[in-house]
Amino acid sequence: MSELLPVIWYVLLAFLLAGYAILDGFDFGVGILHPLARSEQERQIAISAIAPIWDGNEVWLVTFGGALFAAFPEAYATVFSGFYIPFMLVLLALIFRAVSIEFRSKIDSERWRRTWDWGFFGSSLLASLLFGVAVGNGLMGIPLDDRGLYLGGFFNLLNPYALLTGLLNVALFAMHGCLFLYLKTPEGDFRIRLRNWMWHTWGIFLVLYMLATMYTLLAVPTAVPNFQKFPWVGLLAVVSVLAIANIPRAIYTNRAGQAFISSCVTIVTLIAITATALFPNLVIAGNDPALSLTIWRAASSEKTLQTMLLIAVIGMPFVLAYTVAIYWTFRGQVEPDKSSY
Amino acid sequence: MDVVLLSRVQFALTIMFHYLFPPLTIGMGVVLVYLEGMYLWKKEPIYETAARFWTQLFAVTFAVGVASGIVMEFQFGTNWAVYSRFVGDVFGSALAAEGIFAFFLESGFLAVLVFGWDKVSAGFHFFATLMVALGSMFSAIWIVVANSWQQTPAGHHFVQMMRDGQPWAVDGEPIVRAEIVSFWEVVFNPSTLERLSHTLIGAFIMGAFFIMSISAYYLLKNRHLDFAKRSFTGALLLASFFCLVQLVSGHSNALMVSMNQPAKLAAYEGHFKTGPGDLSLIGLPIEDEQRVAMNLAVPGLLSVLVHGDSDTPVSGLDRFRPEDRPPLLPTYFSYRIMVGLGMTFIALTLFSLFLLWRGKLFNQRWLLKIFVVAVLGAVAANQLGWIAAEIGRQPWVVYPVVERDSAGKPLLDAEGFVRYRSTEFPAAEGTVSIAGLRTKDAVSETVGSTEVLASMVMFGLIYLLLGALWVLVLDRKIRKGPIPVAARATSKSHGLLDSATQRLGREGVGRQEEDES
Repeated sequence: MSELLPVIWYVLLAFLLAGYAILDGFDFGVGILHPLARSEQERQIAISAIAPIWDGNEVWLVTFGGALFAAFPEAYATVFSGFYIPFMLVLLALIFRAVSIEFRSKIDSERWRRTWDWGFFGSSLLASLLFGVAVGNGLMGIPLDDRGLYLGGFFNLLNPYALLTGLLNVALFAMHGCLFLYLKTPEGDFRIRLRNWMWHTWGIFLVLYMLATMYTLLAVPTAVPNFQKFPWVGLLAVVSVLAIANIPRAIYTNRAGQAFISSCVTIVTLIAITATALFPNLVIAGNDPALSLTIWRAASSEKTLQTMLLIAVIGMPFVLAYTVAIYWTFRGQVEPDKSSY
Repeated sequence: MDVVLLSRVQFALTIMFHYLFPPLTIGMGVVLVYLEGMYLWKKEPIYETAARFWTQLFAVTFAVGVASGIVMEFQFGTNWAVYSRFVGDVFGSALAAEGIFAFFLESGFLAVLVFGWDKVSAGFHFFATLMVALGSMFSAIWIVVANSWQQTPAGHHFVQMMRDGQPWAVDGEPIVRAEIVSFWEVVFNPSTLERLSHTLIGAFIMGAFFIMSISAYYLLKNRHLDFAKRSFTGALLLASFFCLVQLVSGHSNALMVSMNQPAKLAAYEGHFKTGPGDLSLIGLPIEDEQRVAMNLAVPGLLSVLVHGDSDTPVSGLDRFRPEDRPPLLPTYFSYRIMVGLGMTFIALTLFSLFLLWRGKLFNQRWLLKIFVVAVLGAVAANQLGWIAAEIGRQPWVVYPVVERDSAGKPLLDAEGFVRYRSTEFPAAEGTVSIAGLRTKDAVSETVGSTEVLASMVMFGLIYLLLGALWVLVLDRKIRKGPIPVAARATSKSHGLLDSATQRLGREGVGRQEEDES
């Protein structure tokens, strides 16, 4: 049991991360595409599409952070203190995004709103990029000492591979957000433009996806052995490719809902593949694999993992229930004139 | 500059700014539940008008609370990595429970509370409001549990970590952390209930004073009189009750501190020498001379409060090694001003209740003016309480447990200092003894002072902006005031008409598409 519990928590963390990426991913995408909205009414539609739910979506990140802290404190401490400046920038972006969404409609002034619109765009872009950069660095590995402390500096984190995964994440969220916003937008000029952008974002994502895949297979040695060890990763890859391929098909046949679900599947498979590539490491020591922080080295005591599992088993059904209830309440397209807030 | 000091200042800055908002939302949440409940019961539109108005203020406050709160969780890892490694096993569980049980609940149902007025039934809206209020209290519970464990740890033990099946040591130094032995002992550690009730009551008082402040403003401006009088009366009743309860809670908190953190109590009271204690009302403690200058004190009262008679000795700062004593002046003054504010509130609310009973309250313009600004006092009292608790916890970030004899008297070591329970671990040279974790040893090893300074400046600027935005938007909302539901109905019918036309239009388009296909 003591060997298995960290594995269970590794999977649960991947689940929380996937929930976060799917839900907040489209919030970020809406932010990245926000400059496409031309009139105030269009901008209002984009904001109203996510206004009631973005905050609940962000809780998935908060809970992921809390769970990482509790289940794998060694990894939490190493990563957060090691990536100090990037994380501060993430926090900056998350605060600005919150403020932009919440405050833009509070004062009736064109300049006021435009300022926050750019804040919303910039913060969404920055956070998406940094999340991708973090994943890239995670796969590449970072230099660690024998206490598990990060030995590099800020600029080590900005290597070409990590920047590529950063851009990939931006493209993924932009596509995902575009599909979501299309579902939420009433008929009109904006919807037609969003339809075009579904094609554009998908194309950009596809190109970056292929580049990143090739780069990973050629130049990221840590990722490959696990793909040989766990043959079912091949299945994940197939599902991933099918999901990506289904997006243009669904757009073409006017089934935007299906396209959005395919995009969700794409996100889940990408996270699953990444998690498999990393396993059993939480932090790969690029300088010496023997120093890597595995889930067993980084884990809390068995007692804590058990307690938390119980908490998760009790709590998660509730969380899923009210997530569904709230999405159901706010289902359907945005009604442009009911700009509540 | 010193990275420990900078990290402490950054934490203080971010937590103090954040803590302006949660008490308000906790306090206002209770009021919203009451208003919506009354609306469901009595169906009087005034309750809906009021609920909608406070919901607007609640939403803005909640948003700033969320934006500033996300920093808190990640800051443990970024700035206090050693602490995170040391306590993760114990502290992390409470934090994760907070996410699962509290944050999802509040943020999910907040959507219904704010955006759902015209989408869901009144009954479901009430339910959502109740869940938001509960969620905000749950989050207080878990974070206070975690903080209380730091103050008065229980249900844990210190163990050397294992790495690949071997006890883990780096350069001969054992790597030690706290691990849970009993989850419920961690949750109900000696200070949880006392501190949680004190915190929640403080939040209710702050919420009530906030509502009284805005209502008093309307009364002075002669606007929204019915709304303002009802709100003021309700909040005054709430505040008077909770100010009195807070006095009782404060006393039992002090007793709890005297048991578990005697050094903190000695600093609160400026009590230097062990012996019967006078209760210092106000003075200037001078550490070098071991006395309180210009001391206005009630003889023997400290001993009476702690032990029930005026002769029993109370542990003074002299029972602790100089390096184990908290900074004296900030602890002494923050505690004293908090208590002073609390006493003032009791007098103020009881006097106002008396005037209310005599039907004279709402003509006392001077008193209403006091109530407009009194909320600042409530904010200060909440902040000062935490300052006293946290600076009084120094120099520890995880407090050591005081060893006692069967009668409850603290045990002393050979040099006459209070003994802390400690665990020995074999090291390269002799042994390492762990009793708790000192703040100076808890910061991230890999983060330098330049980085902390940079992030601190960044947070400082953002928080100035956030604070200014909050005040600006709140000010506009308050100036605009509550919109009576009757008036709203006309504007709503206009909106309904519009959206109905649009819906017709959309359906028309839909039909066309169908025809084409």
